[in-house]
Amino acid sequence: MPSRRANLVSRALAVLAKDIRLELRNRYALNAILMFGITTLTVVSFALGQSGLKPSVLGALYWIVLFFSAMSGLAHVFIREEEAGTALLLRLKGDPDPVFLGKLMFNVLLLTLMTIVVTPIFFAFTDTPSDNIGEFTVLIVLGLIGLSGATTLVAAIIARASSRGALFAVLSFPVLMPLLLVLVKASQKVLIGSGLGNILTEIQFLIAYAVIMSVGSFLLFKFVWRD
Amino acid sequence: MFKLIAENLSHRFEGRTVFRDVSLDLTTGQSLAVIGPNGAGKSTLLQCLLGLLRPVKGVVRRLEEERSIEISEFGERVGFVAPYVQLYDQLTGEENIKFFTALSARSVTGKDIDAILERVGLEGRGGDEVRAYSSGMKQRLKYAVALAGQPDFLFLDEPTANLDDAGRKIVFDLVEEYRSRTIMVIATNETEEYRLAEQTCQLG
Repeated sequence: MPSRRANLVSRALAVLAKDIRLELRNRYALNAILMFGITTLTVVSFALGQSGLKPSVLGALYWIVLFFSAMSGLAHVFIREEEAGTALLLRLKGDPDPVFLGKLMFNVLLLTLMTIVVTPIFFAFTDTPSDNIGEFTVLIVLGLIGLSGATTLVAAIIARASSRGALFAVLSFPVLMPLLLVLVKASQKVLIGSGLGNILTEIQFLIAYAVIMSVGSFLLFKFVWRD
Repeated sequence: MFKLIAENLSHRFEGRTVFRDVSLDLTTGQSLAVIGPNGAGKSTLLQCLLGLLRPVKGVVRRLEEERSIEISEFGERVGFVAPYVQLYDQLTGEENIKFFTALSARSVTGKDIDAILERVGLEGRGGDEVRAYSSGMKQRLKYAVALAGQPDFLFLDEPTANLDDAGRKIVFDLVEEYRSRTIMVIATNETEEYRLAEQTCQLG
């Protein structure tokens, strides 16, 4: 039999490909995330009218929209397995490492798609200044990896609980709080014109958070998956 | 040569003892029927042996020669068919087989898939999504998924559930074929089914 470790990537890609196929055939998570994001943005833009908001408030608003949109769909990656009854065979046949990596990659992909749709709409609807879009993109990429790394493990934890939806947000919130605070602070600086040099501390934190959360979740997942 | 050894397994659900002090020792080529009335814990025992449930007492050892097999590796070597095991409804039969064999780090060609689908009587239906299958066809597909991974351990819970006479014949033939090359555990209430195994374990 080939080495299991050597096949980690190919098996993780098999999990990812399976989840993409399922998502393309029912579009549950994608629809939930996009609808939440677009609806929130539309309501905010109507509420603001022509008055506009200060860049410092826009930074917070952007991450609030992204956080709640993500909450509406990211847990689905494990809940779907439990609700369809497929978790039992997946748990038996699937080594925890490739299952976690596959699910993590799927959530990163889902959040990336959501961001690609939501961000231009946010900038257009709220007249957010786009001078430092490069710096803002760096924050988005690091934010998405941190968000996915932390929430994929929480999604696995809550998947077998009865009140899953509420639990996901409740458990994710304290874990994501430091990430969101730093993202909001860094976004505010970028939107008022600061360059990368002025948000180096925040970027270091975001990189550390993304690495710690992704690696920590990867290492802990086997206990959630098997027990 | 593989071994499946359970020593003094006990399990409880919400304070009620499901089974107590069950021990067994099986080697490749040996088969066991777990029998007993409804609620005796047949499925629970199977899930304890599979590593899907942790027994409250006792140990399960899975060995290749004298080497202990890790639970992750065991998953790659086991086939499991049960009414409560579900496949992905929105994938096709072929996609299900490919996915689960990929998880087992074993390669499967299109020809292999066609052959296994023909073996379970699903020839020409591998490209259909599983949600279009009848319950009997889904049961046949579970056998295809279990056998495509070339299992060394085969666990069958109510092996002929939802199957018609032709399906039952296929299952009996498969059990006959795989009994000598796997460790086979069958949980059933049907006389016809538990006679397929050489040994019995009575619960309840």
